[in-house]
Amino acid sequence: MLNVLAQTGPEEVREGLKAIGAGLGYGLAAIGPGIGIGMVVGNAITAMARQPESAGMVRTTMFLGIAFTEALALIGFVVFILLLP
Amino acid sequence: MNVLALDFPPVSHLFQWPAIWFEGTPYAVNKTALIYLGATIVTMLIFALAGRKHETLVPAGVQHVAESGIQFIEESVVMQTIGSEGKKYVPFLTTMFFFILFSNITEVIPFLQFPANSRMAMPITLALLVWVIYNVLGVKAQGLGGYLKNSLFPPGVPKALYLIVTPIELVSTFVVRPFSLAIRLWANMVAGHLLLVTFAILSATMFEAGGLGWVGAIGLSWPMLILMTGFEILVSFLQAFIFTILTAVYIGGSIHPEH
Repeated sequence: MLNVLAQTGPEEVREGLKAIGAGLGYGLAAIGPGIGIGMVVGNAITAMARQPESAGMVRTTMFLGIAFTEALALIGFVVFILLLP
Repeated sequence: MNVLALDFPPVSHLFQWPAIWFEGTPYAVNKTALIYLGATIVTMLIFALAGRKHETLVPAGVQHVAESGIQFIEESVVMQTIGSEGKKYVPFLTTMFFFILFSNITEVIPFLQFPANSRMAMPITLALLVWVIYNVLGVKAQGLGGYLKNSLFPPGVPKALYLIVTPIELVSTFVVRPFSLAIRLWANMVAGHLLLVTFAILSATMFEAGGLGWVGAIGLSWPMLILMTGFEILVSFLQAFIFTILTAVYIGGSIHPEH
């Protein structure tokens, strides 16, 4: 493995590692927000099903919760874009 | 970049447009600037046309669009977050909503097909404007000391915890907020544009390949492109709505503090 790495130039190794880091970074950044948005929306649906008359208020709050949770995934996406060649 | 014989353009080619007029000066105009100009003009035209005197009581056409837009912002944004005293911010929020919406929706309009908000300049400008507005309103409503006290030392927290809470609140209220507001809009538009470009290039390449490529294009990538176009219309609306509602939440939080 090390021999193979040594034959390629350090520049290519760096490019390859960057690509791996970008892909892994975005994937890891998406795990938490994915679970978080699922919880937010799931609980909002439960609330709306229990009390349909409060659906408007719950929906507004749900979008707020999604927006705050989603920010982390988007920061991961920004890092992914920045790391691309 | 060449992925599996698919000729994908580098990311910079998708978002950087050459200048059309005044090239080389700081006032160079490119496609992004023209889309912003168009969005401004369309927003102004809608409300100018709707504001003329009408003979009929029942709104129709442009007037209907403007009135339902204002009602939407008033009922599902302002009343839910600030309350009835926030009604004086409805004009500002409505204008911002329509401007963001019109500069997002060019993402799916044929021959334009570029969301102007996928360049960072306008999202960060709007976010900094919002930052200035909610800070000024907070200081006006509570005084400088009261505003800082309420935003840095939220009531109802045990005394010892202020060691941790205050630095977090300082960073999140005064530093991170405008950036997260801008990045949310910008990154959603970048992601949408990249998705559409990916499926469009995939479809075009498979159509050109012929044979089995036709089957793949018609059965897989082309329906996905149509589906994603519909999804991006939804995202354009949703991001404009979220930007507006977060602005209202920040304004509401600074004009009446938690007790």
